[in-house]
Order: sequence, then structure tokens, then C-alpha cells
Amino acid sequence: MIPELFFAYFAFAIIVLSILVITRKNPIHSVLWMLLLFFHIASLYLILNAEFLAVIQIIVYAGGILVLFLFAVLLVNIREELRINRFIGAWPTGLTFAIGLLVVIMISIKSFVIAQPGIYSVDFIKQESHIKVLGKLLYTDFLYPVEIASVILLVAIIGAVVLAKRRLKS
Amino acid sequence: MILSTVVFAIGVFGFLSRRNIIIIFMSIELMLNAVNINLISLSHYLQDMRGQILAFFVIAVAAAEAAIGLAIVIALFRNKATAHVDEIHEMKG
Repeated sequence: MIPELFFAYFAFAIIVLSILVITRKNPIHSVLWMLLLFFHIASLYLILNAEFLAVIQIIVYAGGILVLFLFAVLLVNIREELRINRFIGAWPTGLTFAIGLLVVIMISIKSFVIAQPGIYSVDFIKQESHIKVLGKLLYTDFLYPVEIASVILLVAIIGAVVLAKRRLKS
Repeated sequence: MILSTVVFAIGVFGFLSRRNIIIIFMSIELMLNAVNINLISLSHYLQDMRGQILAFFVIAVAAAEAAIGLAIVIALFRNKATAHVDEIHEMKG
């Protein structure tokens, strides 16, 4: 009963907060609502037995990505943003498209068949500790994707520096 | 999963209809988060760790994408002094 109650609260809060994020006029308000949204998502991960992912969510999203967004918002002009219309002219098209997608996915969820459960049950993870299980898998079965992810991050660092740098006078 | 779908749809709506390009990037993050919620809940119910590992990679790629995207936004703002997608029409034929 209690976990369902918690899940219901977090689900409701996540939906409300994500609507708030995309409808606020002031981009800074959007960013701050998004911070709250990320904390709620991290709590949802805790309910779903993904402690390490919850911590990563808070560190990477709330600590890293949101600060980047805040910097970018502060660099652009906010005064002008408050005066003009926040949506583009064709927003009903976007809404129609989103609702259509929602309906199609909802219909397709009905035909979803749950597969055979794997070996990583809650008790097994509790016995082994979550980070140990995750790390073992990451560095054995998923070593190649880890390397690719690290290369992607390196490219992102170099690319961001190159793009954001002022053009040198030649 | 229904929650994830709803968040994804909100992200799509924000992506298609906001004027400010930074909010559009935040909508992309919203969609990636919806996918992550879905992956982690399925990984919980299927008792399989692969969903969580995939969510891990999604977070890494989202971080990279946000860094690159915001760098592009700042470069664009420096050249055009606007962050609105409907005022950027250099490539219009």
C-alpha cells in the first residue's frame, strides 16, 4: 500500500512538473522546476531499486546539466523573453502530434507481454550490493559500450570548447 | 510505463512548440528522462540489470548532448543575438 501511494505521488508530481517546465514564460523558472523534476525522478528510481542510478541522476542532471542550462539561460536575453509570446505560431500542430503519439503508444502498451524474469532479483542484488552488480556487468559484458561512451564524452568536451570559443582573429 | 509515455508526449509537445531554443533542449532532456524511467521500471520488473545499464549510457549521452547543444546555442546567440527558432532562417531557400 505504502509503495503504491509513494509511486502515485511521484507520478503525479512528475507529470505536473514536466508540464510546468515547458509552459513557464521565464526560462529561469523552467530550469528551477526542472531541478525539482529531476529530484522526483531520482526518488522514483529509489523506489524502483536503482540506488546508483538515483545518485547519478542527481549528480549528473541536477548538478551538471542544469547548471549548464542556467548558464545558457543567463547568457541570453531574458527581458525580451518575458515580453513576447512563448509559443511559436504553429503550436496546435505540435499539440496534435504529441496527443496522437500518446494515444498510439497507449494502444500499443496493451499488447505488451512481460518476459521471463532474469536472475537479478531484489534479494540477489541486496546480497551482492547494487553497485557491485552494476560494476561487474559494466566492466565485463558491457566493456565495449563503456569505451564508446567515454569517447563520446571526450568528443563532447572538445566539441563544446571549440564551439563556444571566440573565433580567433587571423 | 504510462507515466513515461505521458512525460514523453509532454516533451514532444514542448519540443515542437516552444519558441526559445533552450526550452527546446530542456524538452529533449525531458524525453530522455521519460525513456530512462521506462528502462529502469522494466529493469525492476524483469529483474534484469541491462535496463539500468542502458539508462546509464543514456545519461552519459544526454550529458554530452547538452554540452554540445548549449555550446551551439551560445555560438548562435553570439552571431545572431536571438534564441528564438523562428527568427533563425538563414537556410530558408
